[in-house]
Amino acid sequence: MALQCMVALCKHRVSDTSLDPTMSINKDLVAASSTPLVLAILSEGDSYGYAILHRVRELSGGALEWTDGMLYPVLHRLERGGLVESRWEKADTGRRRKYYRVTKSGLGQLADERRQWRAVDETLRKVWAELAVARPDLPSTTLVPQGR
Amino acid sequence: MDAMGSEAPQSGALEDQIGAWRVHLRGSRAISAADAEELEDHLRQEIHGLIEQGLSADEAFLVAVKRIGAIDTLTREFAREHSDRLWKQLVLAGNGSEAGAAPVEAWIPKSLGVALLLAVGAGLSIKAPTWFGIPFDPDVSVFYPQNIGFLVLPFIAGYFVWARPMTGAAALMTAGVFVLSAVLVNAFPFATTTPGSSVADTQLLTILHLPIVLWFWVGVSYVGGRWVGNDRRMDFVRFTGELFIYFVLIGLGGGVLIGTTFILFEAIGVDAEPVVENWILPCGFAGATVVATWLVEAKQSVIENMAPVLTRVFAPLFTLLFLAFLVTMVWTGRGIDVEREVLIAFDLLLVVVFGLLLYSISARDPLEAPGLVDWIHLALVATALLVDVLALWAIGSRISDFGFTPNRVAALGENVVLLVNLAGSAWLYLRFLRGAGPFSALWTWQTTYLYALAGWAAVVAFIFPIIFAFQ
Repeated sequence: MALQCMVALCKHRVSDTSLDPTMSINKDLVAASSTPLVLAILSEGDSYGYAILHRVRELSGGALEWTDGMLYPVLHRLERGGLVESRWEKADTGRRRKYYRVTKSGLGQLADERRQWRAVDETLRKVWAELAVARPDLPSTTLVPQGR
Repeated sequence: MDAMGSEAPQSGALEDQIGAWRVHLRGSRAISAADAEELEDHLRQEIHGLIEQGLSADEAFLVAVKRIGAIDTLTREFAREHSDRLWKQLVLAGNGSEAGAAPVEAWIPKSLGVALLLAVGAGLSIKAPTWFGIPFDPDVSVFYPQNIGFLVLPFIAGYFVWARPMTGAAALMTAGVFVLSAVLVNAFPFATTTPGSSVADTQLLTILHLPIVLWFWVGVSYVGGRWVGNDRRMDFVRFTGELFIYFVLIGLGGGVLIGTTFILFEAIGVDAEPVVENWILPCGFAGATVVATWLVEAKQSVIENMAPVLTRVFAPLFTLLFLAFLVTMVWTGRGIDVEREVLIAFDLLLVVVFGLLLYSISARDPLEAPGLVDWIHLALVATALLVDVLALWAIGSRISDFGFTPNRVAALGENVVLLVNLAGSAWLYLRFLRGAGPFSALWTWQTTYLYALAGWAAVVAFIFPIIFAFQ
């Protein structure tokens, strides 16, 4: 729910058959999007690292590929910032598992991030649209989100 | 959204692989035990998922490890996020809590509680004699210089009596020696009217040497009454060095505290000096010794020992100093100016070298092969010996002119005691560097020699007054 625009973007990319499915997203973008993405997934319900990664993969259709281990420093940073909180629970495997829950200030941060991403997204859409008119010679598949 | 069923019985090989991976992961301080557990849980789920997709355990492990990321990269990421972990922190709550479980911390760790009580005790003890009209001022009364060891050190020893498993007999003996020597020293009929000085020479010697004797006695309580085994004695040497450094640091902080006290009370027109002089300074001093003791005990496994670090820095510098001194002496042809105090100056020089050597030995891994540092230490000892022998030679011809006063005999004796120690060390160092003997011989030599140091200090403190008729 929270990340519709991001997710929509990702889905478009993936459902766009002309896109290279192995194409990966720039590292800076991955880093920048990690906070809203993790917060959004956690606001769907409490979760733990492996499941969060699964959800990211599922949402991005594989385009947003993280190195698994990198998720944890992100989670710890959010926890230290008070945006999420963690607890240990016994998993059905009998091992301890660390669950994360988004906090109130995490939800506030998410709303804030969402506004920012929407602004960026809208700006980009406009410029893509104008570019499509001004320079129709440019390959548009990678620039214009389809159907918008 | 995930389907992590109960783990299928995994092959032992896979467990071994995961175990090795975990050990590798825990190699970095940036990754705590809890983080490692979290990452391991992730790895296991990944492996489980991959095995369900039809991979063999081996393949699943490799893919999962690849997905979770190279350990170097992981470590770097964690270090960036948890840079604080790269600094060893002193955990005051005794054993550091691990694995994310909420630590059940006492509000004040018990050892700190005991130390604070003893610190207050030491503060009151040093203050108590003034209630009987004895002034702090050493020019008015020698009570404080003479008894300061008895007023403060029993509290440090008391801390160890509490902290170590110690038999009742050993604890009683610890107290008994303090009481006995206090009675003895205060019963000495020191001459009170020495011309030119308010204190008899022998009394001054006792005042100077008594703390050394008592400090070794604190050492007996430090090792829990079992004054055998070189390791424990070396621990006491390390403890002494760290205690000194911590005490100096606390003293610096205390200076800031006192300065602030003056400034604040001056601002409201109240003179803080009497309170600072009569309470904060003496009680703070006494209390700081006990608190520093506790700090050194609490931090011993957490923070790098500072004394060996300082010796690393200063051993080469002192070696250079002695070399420069010798070269200058030869170059200019100047002899050592034999003054009355020159012996004491060279005693101090030997004490410094002895300290440098002792602390570098205390920090050295006895099994390590000889290296450049060892050569530097040998050069340090050799040059110091040379300088001292030159001094002794210069003094020796004139010492009978000066007469054998208690001061001179004590200074000469100290010089000989330290000279023998350093000569022995030089000899053992040379053997070690030439591969003819183990480093541990040096270790044994130094720790055994502590008896000689304590013995000589005791002779000067207790026997000299009797020999020299309390003059």
